[in-house]
Amino acid sequence: MVRGMGKYLVNLPAVTGRRLVIALPLIWLAVFFFLPLVETLQVSFTSPRRGIPPYEPLWGIGDDGFFTNFTTGNYALLLQYWSDYFGPALNSIKLAFFSTLVCLLFAYPMAWWIARSNEKWRTILLVLVMLPFWTSSLLRIYALIGLLNPNGFINAAGLWLGLIDAPIQMMQTDFSIYMGMVLTYLPLMILPLYAVMVRLDADLLDAAADLGGSGVQIFRTIILPLTLPGIIAGSLLVFIPAVGEFVIPALLGGPDQLMMGKVLWTEFFRNRDWPVASAIAMLLLAILTVPIIYARYQDGRDAVAETPNPKQAEAG
Amino acid sequence: MGRMNGLVLSLGALGFGILYLPIIIMVIFSFNAGKLVSVWSGASLKWYAGLLENDQLLSAFGTSLLIAVWAATIATIFGICIALAFVRFGNFRSRLALSAIASAPLVMPEIVTGLSMLLLFISMESLFGWPSGRGVDTIIIAHATFGMCFAAVVIQARLRDFDMAIEEAAADLGATQPFIFLSITLPVIAPAVVAAWLLAFTLSFDDLVIASFVSGPGSSTLPIVIFSKVRLGVTPEINALATVMIVVVAASVIGASWAIRRRLSSRDQNQ
Repeated sequence: MVRGMGKYLVNLPAVTGRRLVIALPLIWLAVFFFLPLVETLQVSFTSPRRGIPPYEPLWGIGDDGFFTNFTTGNYALLLQYWSDYFGPALNSIKLAFFSTLVCLLFAYPMAWWIARSNEKWRTILLVLVMLPFWTSSLLRIYALIGLLNPNGFINAAGLWLGLIDAPIQMMQTDFSIYMGMVLTYLPLMILPLYAVMVRLDADLLDAAADLGGSGVQIFRTIILPLTLPGIIAGSLLVFIPAVGEFVIPALLGGPDQLMMGKVLWTEFFRNRDWPVASAIAMLLLAILTVPIIYARYQDGRDAVAETPNPKQAEAG
Repeated sequence: MGRMNGLVLSLGALGFGILYLPIIIMVIFSFNAGKLVSVWSGASLKWYAGLLENDQLLSAFGTSLLIAVWAATIATIFGICIALAFVRFGNFRSRLALSAIASAPLVMPEIVTGLSMLLLFISMESLFGWPSGRGVDTIIIAHATFGMCFAAVVIQARLRDFDMAIEEAAADLGATQPFIFLSITLPVIAPAVVAAWLLAFTLSFDDLVIASFVSGPGSSTLPIVIFSKVRLGVTPEINALATVMIVVVAASVIGASWAIRRRLSSRDQNQ
């Protein structure tokens, strides 16, 4: 402790260096991450205009002194055209929720399989999970289109084998959205599940089986509670980005699969109504606040659990 | 447990099938001679040859590469700073602020990040005259911003495992902090730094949504060009391009995991 204090006093350049190491990323993120969100909040309270930029300044100092263009009109618009904006919002939540469930349905057995394999197979299977994670999701979704199209591979194969008489409509349905979500987010669900399953003590399961526990019993009373942290972490990792997803509803969805990300994109790029697009962004953030704060709370608990006690570290 | 294992294996296999079937079919049909993407009409490499003559794709590839290298480098440097602050500096005053602002981009929807960055760049331009218009530089800034948060996570994990006693011993022997960092800390965390750089590179190279907002005329990245082509339908040329990209990524990932495995097993033998 005293040694640490002494170092702090003697080594003044190190202290300024330390400040710099903290300040550089803090300032960068404040300017390029936090300020933009403040600016978006501001624009969501202005009105659109023809010109560059296509919105009125929220406030400023003109010839007549301080002026403001504050309006809640954009949010009123979202409420007024309820079905055009809140419909897609509810749709986003619904599609993201069921996508999370479908991912869990596949990821749980996959993670279990990987965790229970021998070391060689475990490496191979983990690489197989990581590989899609490192490749562009845009290209993987593109590849899925080639599979699901009316003249795509599945329909062509089905017709050729005589399993179907006419092409099945798979694109622009909820099914194509779920397939795209699974393709994109499955690795994010598998990895946290794998992390908890690999630490699960096999002796515990053997003991339960020796004592006559049935498969279902063992699963319900031992495996499920012990893997719950992985289920929660994986579900948040899938649900949060899935709600704001743009590429999947844009490429795989039809008019019935509108999601907020696509509505925001259309307002911004096609209608050039930037204030309404900003209001939609704020609505999206409001929806995600609860899961994001919950995810941070979970992270915080993990970090506390993982960080060694500083006192112990110093004593050792 | 035998019955359950059957269920686990079949669901698991189906999961791997969903992940890989689209890619495998796409790779096969990239060698198709015909223009149709579901009818096989003989093998051909003509779509790959076509890639080399497509100036739009080649220039977008160059733009994406330039952006990704710069963004990943900035992201890694700042990511090291963030990781050092969290793991080594104890409880500094702005810790809570830094941890909140460095983890929020990890969960922020891309579409919100993209829109808000653009709005900031526009208001900065009207206030300070910088950045004048949008292009490669604004995309680099945007990609570096979220890349550094991912880089920090990767480096932090490695830094936590690393025994601080070595650094303390060096400090007691009179080494200065920058010297300790360069000669001890950096070599030890080097694998994580490389992994962080590669992750930031990949995130930048693959990003469509944020780049679409903050790009300008003449700075179309590869995903932007691919997206505009994909909207018009599936073409064998994009199949060929996607195959090339996936093969490059697959080779690097498999090579990297093989190298890590070999390193780990040689370390085990030494102990």
